[in-house]
Amino acid sequence: MIELIYSDLCNGCGKCVAVCPTNALALGNNHLPQISDQAACQTCFMCELYCSSDALYVDPDCENPRELDPATIRNSGLLGQYRRDSGWDEWANDPNHSNQHWRMDGIFALARSTQTPFKS
Amino acid sequence: MTSTSSPLLELRADVLVIGGGLAGTWAALAAAREGCRVILVDKGYCGTSGVTATAGPGHWWVPPEPQARAAAIDKRLGTAYGLADGRWMARALETTWNSLPGIAGYYAFPQDEHGVTQYRGLRGPEYMRGMRKLIEDNGVTILDHSPALQLLRDANGAISGASGWRRQAGGDWQVNAGATVIASGGCAFLSRLLGSHTNTGDGYLMAAEAGAELSGMEFSNYYCIAAAGSTMTRSMVYTFGDYFDASNRQLPIQQGPEFTHQLARALIEGPVYCRLNRVPQNIRQQLPSIQPNLMLPFDRHGIDPYRQRFPVTMHAEGTIRGVGGLRVIDDDCQTTIAGLFAAGDAASREPIAGATSGGGAQNSAWALSTGQWAGRGAARLARGRSLQPTGLSGFDGIGLDRRENGASADGQELLRRIQDEVHPLDKNLFRSGTQLTRSLQALESVWDQVHGGSLGAGQKPLRARELVAMAATARWCYHAAEQRKESRGMHQRSDLPKQSANYDAHMRLGGLDNLWLRHDPLPRQTTQGALA
Repeated sequence: MIELIYSDLCNGCGKCVAVCPTNALALGNNHLPQISDQAACQTCFMCELYCSSDALYVDPDCENPRELDPATIRNSGLLGQYRRDSGWDEWANDPNHSNQHWRMDGIFALARSTQTPFKS
Repeated sequence: MTSTSSPLLELRADVLVIGGGLAGTWAALAAAREGCRVILVDKGYCGTSGVTATAGPGHWWVPPEPQARAAAIDKRLGTAYGLADGRWMARALETTWNSLPGIAGYYAFPQDEHGVTQYRGLRGPEYMRGMRKLIEDNGVTILDHSPALQLLRDANGAISGASGWRRQAGGDWQVNAGATVIASGGCAFLSRLLGSHTNTGDGYLMAAEAGAELSGMEFSNYYCIAAAGSTMTRSMVYTFGDYFDASNRQLPIQQGPEFTHQLARALIEGPVYCRLNRVPQNIRQQLPSIQPNLMLPFDRHGIDPYRQRFPVTMHAEGTIRGVGGLRVIDDDCQTTIAGLFAAGDAASREPIAGATSGGGAQNSAWALSTGQWAGRGAARLARGRSLQPTGLSGFDGIGLDRRENGASADGQELLRRIQDEVHPLDKNLFRSGTQLTRSLQALESVWDQVHGGSLGAGQKPLRARELVAMAATARWCYHAAEQRKESRGMHQRSDLPKQSANYDAHMRLGGLDNLWLRHDPLPRQTTQGALA
């Protein structure tokens, strides 16, 4: 679930508050987003995708909050991973992040054709 | 109407669409293209709400060649066990084929290595972002974070829009509309299914309060694999999986029609671990560009799924990739209540899926198609109707009383009790008459408390209604399952393992305090088509 918001990276656009489908975020008195209802987070990562500043971090554990070290995450290279791999915003014309979703059909077919019978 | 001191946003429209996911946006688009004034309300944000936005929908996609279409339809009739209709399948295939290329200005359809544009499969976030822009450009008014809480009727009893809560802006909203489309999704009872927490059966509840019929609710027990503790129900990569028990013995779990049941049986016995070492190297490198969210749980917890074994689980999908929902009675997807339409997972998918999950492809085609049929039908109906702006009232539903500021009933506890009946594999996937009866008794007790206790609607109007909706939906699902005294499609009962001609029928049901159920026998030719 949503764990970290880096205020120094945040540009205060408020987009994450608007797009969160379960209303887990709210703008604080300083006009910066904060986690207002962590339990409401559905771990869908949509806020990260819409954050052009890569200022949010969602931990994939959807069951329990985690004690994370903000500095470790910041240095991990994971901030903005989803937005980059999706080819959004400044990554839109980067051939390394073009939309290859159409390959799914071929992958399913390959999985079917390469399946070996189970041997116990 | 419940009295509140909050400011009220009052709007008028020809068509009101409740829900801004795949079906809702296609409905709004179709209604707007008829020249109507359209308002779309979403409990979250149109663009990220619902199960399409987080997924990668591949549509049921068959070229308009008569033989190919007939073969696709025959194949699906074979797994529908008599409950589908080839004519509806043909309509959905045709509508899907004709519609997707038309959004090219709003979704960048990629080309494969041969330069052929690929329309069938879309990435969810980009698809829904594009649909939002498309309906905005067609003049649709979108109200985000504006959950509908109840339908409204005029002095003559005709459905005349809905009212709800503005959870970010504050106050309430009311839309007086000539026709209303329910596209609020299915219900997975707040399982960990990716993107499903907006889908709590709200539309079923509102429509049932108005007297609408549901159908196919017994077919509501689809499950999807995910890494344990994660929401990432994206199953493609698991087709390459090897599966192990806690003592590292490989389990006989293989891709194919038995996969779900094999994995579920193993999970009932104990933890199950997966390793993805059979994923080819070139695909590993492409995966972040194919499904950008797939690897997030692994990367962020430092797991190498191609080398390490990691625990897996299954998340319940309820009526999302299940079948059941509001019964539609005509080609415009009107419900049994005049002026009220249903689309997508909110509508029973029996016409194209029958007793078996349509899976992602059929379901996306269904949402796209029924959305447009409902939107167009609603627009045409609304044009001929003059609205009565005064004398609107609601349906006195449970959990709406906003004078309740404190909760006497423990909502979290009631939710847990609902989930304890509908989520476990050994109660819902593997069914028996005895267990269904036990679960219904437990759910009846929950319903009594939902009905009798204060749910704190004054502070949390949406949570109160979601709880009522989930309690009602769970009872509908299991009532239909108990009454279908046979096994058919995804509804498999250990006490009655065979299909029975006595149940060549659709199970229609409804009601809140007092549930009712009716068998509608199948038309003869549909039955024969399925058996051929």
